[in-house]
Amino acid sequence: MKVVLSWLKEFVDIDLNLEELARTLTMAGLEVEEIQLVGLPMPPAERHEFHYSGLTWEPDKIVVARIDEVMPHPNADRLVLCRLHDGQQEHIVLTGAPNLFEYKGKGPLPQPLKVAYAKEGARIYDGHQPGQVLTTLKRAKIRGVESYSMVCSEKELGISEEHEGIIILDPDAPTGMPLVEYMGDAVLDVSILPSMARCASILGVAREVAALTGKPLRLPRATLPATGESILGKASIQITEPEYNPRFVLGLIRNVRIQPSPYRVQLRLRLAGMRPINNIVDATNYVMLEIGEPLHAFDYQALVRRAQGNPPTIITRRARPGETLTTLDGVERKLDDFTVLVCDTAGALSIAGVMGGAETEVTEQTTDVLLEGASWNFINIRKTVAAQKLNSEAAYRFSRGVHPALAPEGVKLGLERMALWSGGEIAADLIDAYPVPHKDPQVDLTAAEIRRALGIPLSLDEAENLLSRLGFTCQIEGDVLHVQTPPHRLDIGEGLVGKADLIEEIARLYGFDRIPARRLADPLPSLQEDPNLAPTDKVRDALVRLGLQEVITYRMTTPEREHRLYLDDAPERNAPYLTLANPISLDRSVMRRSLLASVMEIAERNTRLRERLALFEIGPVFLPVEGQPRPDEDWRVALVLTGTRQPPAWDRKEATPMDFYDFKGILEGLLEALHIPDVTFRAAQTSTFHPGKCAEALSGDRVLGVFGELHPKVKEHFDFGPAPVLAGDFSLKALLESMPVAYEVGAVPAFPPVLEDLAVVVDESIPAARVEEVLRQGGGKLLTAVRLFDIYRGEQIGAGKKSLAYRLTYQALDRTLTDKDATSIRQRIIRRLEQELGAKIRG
Amino acid sequence: MDELQELERIRQEGLERLAEANDAASLEAWRVAYLGRNAPVMQVFSRLGQAPRELRPQIGQSANAVKQALEAAYQEKLEAVRRAALEEELTRQKLDVTLPGRRPFLGRYHIETQTMREILRIFTSMGFQVYSSPDIETDEYNFTYLNIPPHHPARDMWDTFYLTTPGLLLRTHTSPGQIHAMRQFAPEPVRVVLPGMCYRYEQAGARKDIQFTQVELLAVGYDITFADLKGTLQDFADRIFGERLRTRLRPSYFPFTEPSAEMDVECVICHGKGCSVCKGSGWLEIMGCGMVHPVVLQHGGYDPAKFTGFAAGMGPGRIAMLRHAIQDIRSLYENDVRFLEQF
Ligand SMILES: [Zn+2]
Repeated sequence: MKVVLSWLKEFVDIDLNLEELARTLTMAGLEVEEIQLVGLPMPPAERHEFHYSGLTWEPDKIVVARIDEVMPHPNADRLVLCRLHDGQQEHIVLTGAPNLFEYKGKGPLPQPLKVAYAKEGARIYDGHQPGQVLTTLKRAKIRGVESYSMVCSEKELGISEEHEGIIILDPDAPTGMPLVEYMGDAVLDVSILPSMARCASILGVAREVAALTGKPLRLPRATLPATGESILGKASIQITEPEYNPRFVLGLIRNVRIQPSPYRVQLRLRLAGMRPINNIVDATNYVMLEIGEPLHAFDYQALVRRAQGNPPTIITRRARPGETLTTLDGVERKLDDFTVLVCDTAGALSIAGVMGGAETEVTEQTTDVLLEGASWNFINIRKTVAAQKLNSEAAYRFSRGVHPALAPEGVKLGLERMALWSGGEIAADLIDAYPVPHKDPQVDLTAAEIRRALGIPLSLDEAENLLSRLGFTCQIEGDVLHVQTPPHRLDIGEGLVGKADLIEEIARLYGFDRIPARRLADPLPSLQEDPNLAPTDKVRDALVRLGLQEVITYRMTTPEREHRLYLDDAPERNAPYLTLANPISLDRSVMRRSLLASVMEIAERNTRLRERLALFEIGPVFLPVEGQPRPDEDWRVALVLTGTRQPPAWDRKEATPMDFYDFKGILEGLLEALHIPDVTFRAAQTSTFHPGKCAEALSGDRVLGVFGELHPKVKEHFDFGPAPVLAGDFSLKALLESMPVAYEVGAVPAFPPVLEDLAVVVDESIPAARVEEVLRQGGGKLLTAVRLFDIYRGEQIGAGKKSLAYRLTYQALDRTLTDKDATSIRQRIIRRLEQELGAKIRG
Repeated sequence: MDELQELERIRQEGLERLAEANDAASLEAWRVAYLGRNAPVMQVFSRLGQAPRELRPQIGQSANAVKQALEAAYQEKLEAVRRAALEEELTRQKLDVTLPGRRPFLGRYHIETQTMREILRIFTSMGFQVYSSPDIETDEYNFTYLNIPPHHPARDMWDTFYLTTPGLLLRTHTSPGQIHAMRQFAPEPVRVVLPGMCYRYEQAGARKDIQFTQVELLAVGYDITFADLKGTLQDFADRIFGERLRTRLRPSYFPFTEPSAEMDVECVICHGKGCSVCKGSGWLEIMGCGMVHPVVLQHGGYDPAKFTGFAAGMGPGRIAMLRHAIQDIRSLYENDVRFLEQF
């Protein structure tokens, strides 16, 4: 909300400079986002905390001047020459402002025009360039006439974007006065919190300033300076559903003359961000900005015509099924059953609190104005604004709540302004329908309750003082403070909520900075820690120790993006997704089902940037479950590995690409770091991996996940280089469930081991794991380590065979093994290999 | 007496020859020649029987002395030669120490994990325990139970992704976890820190993304006041920014807390002097906080007349951005290795 400084000062005296004022407001919850200078200088400060924009008008260079005569230009139709007095001397000033043309060649003006005059050397904005470009006025010849100064438009003075004509000031502007003195101003752009909707007006902000600085608040006096006959009998009100329309007030003004508002009114409206229309509409907007009550002006005679010459009846009701209304913006709108309408006997006139209808709006021909001030159910207005995608300054306020007490105040102030600016006669009395008067909450508060929330021992007297400054009526009775909410606030609740609301106001005014800091003294609660947190961190730690880079990816994707991870006819492509009802972009329309797909995308994106990539992520996937309202959030661990095993370097020319076993090695390292027992691997088939280069990892019977080299057909879906892409997708749950809480370790042997090499020739079809299993069975407890160090295939051992060379470690904990012991273990092993696998021992 | 002269000759000759031997091979040849089985001095020993009996002790002693002298000279020379050889070898092995080393692969945590861990470590050390809750939430948990009823103006504060399943949405903040935690532990006090991924339906830009992590604090107990909130957050700010930066609490609004505040910390870049990061204000907004609203306590299963609490929420991504001068928050989830490898 744009707060015009001069306007604010009408309601409260302000000693603070702009910087101090902005800080005071910000620290009270009215955050100032920007300060626009409209002529005023920057406040002196060591350092400006706030952002300033706008233009400072030099007092000696930009002044109020008087145009006494507008003369034609000898050589140009589109230019005129003004005979102008700046308070010191007369000048001839050249301008092309179209709003002076009507005075051209009329001789000396009976009523001179007051204008904003910039002298030679003045710094103003260039009116002919887009945006705000500073320029200094210099002497020049334009079409043979000397020019060194100018009469300014609003754009040139940094007031608005308006550059159609020059500013024509109100007639009472004193010639020669520095313009900054006459109308220099500043606009504070204040962001209004939802809880402070009462501050969406100049008066609302003034009330806060008064409370914060201790200065008295000057309330606008809302009288009804009626000069005409009573409104009673000239209109009536019928509220059908008071819960949607608690109050409706009407006033009448007759014989108005529609014309532009005084310049200072137009200026304020512009500075506040609204467009001046005419004196009647401007009066409604002016009052809305001033006290926060939106008003609506009807053409009274149009209403009378619609009622066939009878006094109109204003009816408020909800829209009927299929009902439509053409609003002021020319749009025909379909209405919902929650839309509240202001109607007359002939039909709908406006969408209550949001926008008026075209037929009864104020026009150039309007003479009599029926003025509406009402209050509406804010939730209803919000629904309407959302459904109609229609917002307005009125709807902004009504959808946040406007106190019903403001309705008659607004109407009175509106009528008064209309009379002042349009010369009409205000009809005596108002019609005020208020079927269910609003009850402002009364809340009881004790010092103990304040201390319990804020931790400060505040006396009831102090609390009373703070709340009174905000307009609350307080009364202390024993140890209870009775607090009556003033009739402009809707944010104070009843009971417990009301207490919290008041305590917040006390704290805000007392100052958060004055409340001391304390370390938590309350006893520590029981164990509440997420049990998965520490083990998940172990998994993450292990992967980082193994040299992988962690990534964190977007959890929204598209099915198409994920399907790249599968063969074309894979069943995974039919899996259901958790779908966004309102995706923000086409490439993020569902919640992911595959963490590996997310990590694969990252690998793909980085593949040309590094010779070796080793990435992982730990995160959830989202699986819809039939008959279950919430989806399963299944946490996965995904790894992708691709590129060279060792990057080439000055001493290493060859670059071997990583393969299946590089991946498996990392996985083995992970499982070892996590102390996962009974780990086995078995060949597997999936829709992602190479059928011959894919395996499942298990702990006992529990499958931990699947890994392998991408199927060449799947790899084609991505933009990868020639190196194989290795990947794995593991269940975090399975890993965590397999991790032992505690595990036993062996003693460090005190006796030397016996090392022995054994080359075993077996059929190609027998997996290495099987050979090792038999080796261990044969070796028993004394065989403590088995390491495969060579695999040989060749004519020497025959086709279809392979030779696996193992280094075996024999070790007893209680003695040094003899040659005899070693021989006997070796023979047991060999016998077993021969029996179980038909193996032969080489060499 | 010939033998004694012979021994003296042997000694002299041996020492002369030894002086000429300057490498391992010639030394070994010398050793064989002068100390080996057939060396002249050894031959003197073997001829000892032939010498006159009365001269034998003298010859024997002399022979021993010559042998020991030669052995000692040999050992000394051997040491010298070895030392010289080693020195030469070491000189020969001199490396260009400026050549690049062979690096093992350095695994790294994502910067958000690093920041999150640091935040959680600070809060867990203050007695807050990590509590997790799901990304997919119901309207009730994300809004209604947090004192944001349907159509309430406060709903404008959160642009929300909804799912096609009615009533489900992507949580817009970690605050639903407050309700989950309270409902699990009420009427016992609760002191938890809630980390998690959150989502906002808004155009992504350099300062905000559609997805971001949040960490939230919740303490509910018998004697928890605004003063405790201030103390806890001040301690946190001191520890996360590593130096004594000023902080301030500014009144704000959240439907689930009252009073509500925004915590600003003195700009970590310019220390309050004003710079582009803090847009000249000298302050950076780092978290929202406040006393838990009585309605939220009730929804959590607590009697607001007996219990009070505070809550606070912040974004590790934003804190990481401030501490590392990250220009675009979207870098976090784009995962370009050139970005990730800097942390
Ligand atoms: Zn700064």
